[in-house]
Amino acid sequence: MEFFISQVLSGISLGGQYALIAIGYTMVYGILRLINFAHGDVFMVAGLFMIYLSSSLPVFVSVPLVIILTVALGFIIERAAYKPLRSAPRMSVMISAIGVSYLLQNLALYATGGQPKTYTTIPFISKTIKILGAPTRIVTVITPVLVIVLIVILTLLINHTKIGIAMRAVAKDFETSQLMGVKINSVISITFIIGSFLAAVGSLLYFTNYPTVVPLSGAMPGLKAFVAAVFGGIGSVPGAVIGAFIIGICETLIKGTDFSVFSDAFTVALLIVILGVKPTGMCGEKVTEKV
Amino acid sequence: MSNTILKINNLKVNYGGIEAVKGISFEVKEGEIVTLIGANGAGKSSTLRTIIGREKPSSGTIEFAGENIAGMDTTSIVKKGITLVPEGRKIFPDLTVEENLKIGAYMRKDNLSQDFERVYSLFPRLKERYWQAGGTLSGGEQQMLAVGRALMSKPKLIMMDEPSLGLAPIIVRGIFEIIEAVNKEGITVLLNEQNANMALKAADKAYVMETGRITMEGTGKELLENEQIKEAYLGKSKK
Repeated sequence: MEFFISQVLSGISLGGQYALIAIGYTMVYGILRLINFAHGDVFMVAGLFMIYLSSSLPVFVSVPLVIILTVALGFIIERAAYKPLRSAPRMSVMISAIGVSYLLQNLALYATGGQPKTYTTIPFISKTIKILGAPTRIVTVITPVLVIVLIVILTLLINHTKIGIAMRAVAKDFETSQLMGVKINSVISITFIIGSFLAAVGSLLYFTNYPTVVPLSGAMPGLKAFVAAVFGGIGSVPGAVIGAFIIGICETLIKGTDFSVFSDAFTVALLIVILGVKPTGMCGEKVTEKV
Repeated sequence: MSNTILKINNLKVNYGGIEAVKGISFEVKEGEIVTLIGANGAGKSSTLRTIIGREKPSSGTIEFAGENIAGMDTTSIVKKGITLVPEGRKIFPDLTVEENLKIGAYMRKDNLSQDFERVYSLFPRLKERYWQAGGTLSGGEQQMLAVGRALMSKPKLIMMDEPSLGLAPIIVRGIFEIIEAVNKEGITVLLNEQNANMALKAADKAYVMETGRITMEGTGKELLENEQIKEAYLGKSKK
C-alpha cells in the first residue's frame, strides 16, 4: 500500500513536470502551427544552466538566473530561427526547429564534453518526508501544487487580459489581428517567453529527481510532453495538462510493476490508440470547414 | 467647405508581381461618405490595403490629416485614426462579441466604457449577445460586429471593403443604414462596393475604378444618372 501511494504521488509529480513542458508545445502550436522540436532541448539546457550557475553561485541566486536565461534562450531561438521564416512554408519552419534541436544538443555535448553532469541538490525540495507512511521527497508534493498555481495564472492571463485576447486572436487570424494594430511578432515572442519560463520551472523540478544531466536528457521528457500535448489535443492548454498527468501517472505505475521496461512504449501506444479513436485529441479544436 | 482628411496622390501599388493600382489620385473630405466602385480586380481592395499599411506603395503619397502615411506600418496608421473593416468581415469566431470589440481597441490605453456604450446603442443586437462567440452570429450581425470592432479604435476615417458581399438583399439595406449611422457620428467613410446602386445612393462622392485607374468621378447622384455607369454597373440598358 505504501509503495502504491508513493508511486501515485511520484506519478502525479512527474505528470506535473510533463505538463509544464507540454504547455510550451501546445501554445506555440496554437499560435504558429509549429511543432517546436527544440523545446525539449531548451528544457535540457535549463538543466545545464542550473549546474553551471550553482557551481559558483548560491542556489537562491541561481534559480532565478536559470529562469531568466532560459526565457532569453527561448526568445532568441524564436527571433533567430523562426521569425525570418514567417511567410515560408510550414515545413521549412519545422526543419529549422529540428536544426535548433540538434544545435542545442551539440552545444551541450561540446560544453559538457560528453560527461554526465551531476545535478545540483536544491535544498529544501530535495528533503525526504513521509506522506501516509510512504517516504517521498518534498519536490513530489510541491510540483502538483506549483503546477496548478501556474496553470491558474496562465488561464487567467489567456482568458482575461488584453494580451491573452490578442494571443487567441493571432492564433486564429494573423492578417485581421494586424488590422487591429496587434503586433503579431510581440505576441509570438510572449508565447515563447511563457513556454520557456514554464520549461525552466519544469526542469528545476524534474532534474531534482535525477542524478545527472546529459545532452540527450531533454529528448525523452520532451517526447513525453509532446505526446501529452497531442493526446490532450494540440493547441489546447487544459488538454495538454490533463494529457500530461495521465501519461505521468500511467508511466510511473507501470514502472512499479514487472513490465517496467515497457513504460516508454506504453506512452507511444497510448498516443496511437487515442489518435485512432479521436484524431484531434481529447480537447482538440474541431476543424469546421467554412462554406 | 470641410477639410480634406485623406488625399491620395498618384498612388501606385504592385501586388503579386502585377501593378494593381496604376497611379490614382483622389481625396476624401471630412464627414463625407466616399465610395470606390468597380468590378472585381479593379484595384479597390489593394487601394484600401495600401492606405492601412498592409501593402507598401511603389510610389505616390497618402496624406492623412496633412501627414504622409505612405509606407508606415499598420499599427501606427491605426493609432493615427484609420481603420479597415476587411472584406468578408473577418470577426474572430472563438472570441466573444465583447472580446472582439476589445481587440478593436487594442491600440488604446484609455477607458473604453463610453465606446462600448456607443457601439451597443448603435447595435443593440450586439449588447444582447455580448457573451456569445463571434462565430455563432448571423452574417448581418457579424457585419455589425465588424463595424463595431472598427469603431472601438476611435477612428476618424473608417474604410469598408465590400461590406455587402455575400449578404442577403434585405441585410444589405441594413448595412447601408449602419454606414449612414456611423457617418452621422461624425466619422468619415471610405467604401469599396460592387453594389454600385446602393453605394452611389449613400455616397457624397464616388470614384469609378477600372483595371487600376480611376476612370470617372462625381457626386453619387451624378454617377447614378450617368448613362455609361447605368449600363456598366447598374444593369440598366439605354433607351
